[in-house]
Amino acid sequence: MTTTDLIPSPSFSHRFNRWFSRNLIRIYAALAFFYLFIPVAYTFAFSFNNAGKSNLVWQGFTFNNWKNPCGAPQVCQAVANSLKIGILATVIATALGTMIAFAIGRNKFRGRSTTNLLIFLPMATPEVVLGASLLALFLNMRINPGFWTIVIAHVMFCISFVVVTVKARIASLDPRLEQAAMDLYANERETFRYVTLPLVAPGIFGAALLSFSLSFDDFIITNFNSGIVTTFPKFVYVSAARGIPAQANVIGSSMFFIALIIVIIGQVISKQRKR
Amino acid sequence: MAFLHAATSSHSNSKNALRSRGLTPYLLLAPGMLWLITFFIIPIFSLASTSTMVRPDGAPLGQYVQKFRFQNYIDAFQANQAQYLRSFIYAGIATLLALAIAYPLAYMIAFKSGRYRNILLVMVVAPFFTSFLLRTIAWTQILGDDGPVVSFLKTLPFVTDSLRLTATPFAVVSGLTYNFLPFMTLPLYASLERIDPRTLEAAGDLYANAFTTFRKVTVPLSMPGVVAGTLLTFIPAAGDYVNASILGNPNTKMIGNVIESRFFAVVDYPTAAALSFTLMATILILVTLYIRRSGTDELV
Repeated sequence: MTTTDLIPSPSFSHRFNRWFSRNLIRIYAALAFFYLFIPVAYTFAFSFNNAGKSNLVWQGFTFNNWKNPCGAPQVCQAVANSLKIGILATVIATALGTMIAFAIGRNKFRGRSTTNLLIFLPMATPEVVLGASLLALFLNMRINPGFWTIVIAHVMFCISFVVVTVKARIASLDPRLEQAAMDLYANERETFRYVTLPLVAPGIFGAALLSFSLSFDDFIITNFNSGIVTTFPKFVYVSAARGIPAQANVIGSSMFFIALIIVIIGQVISKQRKR
Repeated sequence: MAFLHAATSSHSNSKNALRSRGLTPYLLLAPGMLWLITFFIIPIFSLASTSTMVRPDGAPLGQYVQKFRFQNYIDAFQANQAQYLRSFIYAGIATLLALAIAYPLAYMIAFKSGRYRNILLVMVVAPFFTSFLLRTIAWTQILGDDGPVVSFLKTLPFVTDSLRLTATPFAVVSGLTYNFLPFMTLPLYASLERIDPRTLEAAGDLYANAFTTFRKVTVPLSMPGVVAGTLLTFIPAAGDYVNASILGNPNTKMIGNVIESRFFAVVDYPTAAALSFTLMATILILVTLYIRRSGTDELV
């Protein structure tokens, strides 16, 4: 810095060039974020569109869609289904996945690598194959797809994500903390209850959030296994041909803000804990 | 986010905490594994069995009997070669584009973001929370004939007035790139963030310039992230049919579109099953080759 300061006032273009090359990567990142957020901004903006049936062209500003989010036929029914399915799938997948994560993360046993493979495979299989194969099973067993087949499918693809999330948290634990608890005469169950579980809890919470957002946003697998039941993504996809009501944008935007608030609260809590 | 950390991390400190405790691990595993076996493994076999079935003459739609007709695979493949090829080409281009966009982004968050790091990470995932279908439809508005992009491009001298962006391969690949970008960014970030800055300083001390340091130190150390990110982008992109059906035209159909319409519009389960099975097998082979080549076995 000192040497450049000695050079008498470099020209503006020179200074700009230097600033530009030094901040190139930040400019690039800003553009990438712009790209990431444009569609979100569009979705949010068009939730205020005074649109009739088709919400593709701007027709004037209104708060009506936000005042009356259930105004369009079936929107709220679809959202209610998605919420019910999301909560059920999250609870079941988080419970099953966490148990597997503890089994893998904390124990040596025969079949550990087979287990790992079985966890990895659903994540490496395209959704269309997962959906089609499950539907093939239901059809071969003469089961009519509906609400519960969606829950079953969602639990299936969420388990793997829960396992990896919780396993990562278990792996990052300092084993000395548990040893210390044992040294202080806690038995195995007490150690787990008062030391291990509280330390792993943020991972379990994160896994649950992830499961819920995967389930709530899933379209492809749901579409294969839903029969006549409509979820929110399915509602959007089906109505895309005729024009999506602005209420769908209201719900999409509110999900965005709700999730953002939850994530920020989570960040704040974990920061306070670290202090 | 942590699951992507996990996908690339090696758990060195977990190994010493491992112990064997008889039945406990099996009891913990049983319910979840049973679920995966019943609703993932058995369905795959069910799909395999459906793929060789035949509809008897005169039977109604949707009724098939097992005849072990492996010719189904050849028929299905020959009828849909174009869509197959297209799926892998589109997914490949989208993966490369996502890598080009995500690497500098992840690099910036890992090394240049200072105290804003967590906020920026949340911002990478945040668009994910708005339904991805709504965002894909927003792209039809952005790229639409009256949208800002087309209007702007038309002001340029060398662009004709008949320019269209929606219902083109360009729109489909853009949609794929966009939708799977967070899946690329997070594993890249996870592996870049773990690089000890001192290794980069050491490269500088040994007279490597910035570019050489990047090429010889940063890139090799971030390879696990590159592998995880490209897989997490390529696999879902190759099987996707939402982008192709919302942003594309009949000539941009991918294999996912064919499988979907064979199942629902045509009620031709064996062909749909054969196509799904071929897709899965192709992807598994590509993934195995890719992981072998890049020398990262830590994913599993």
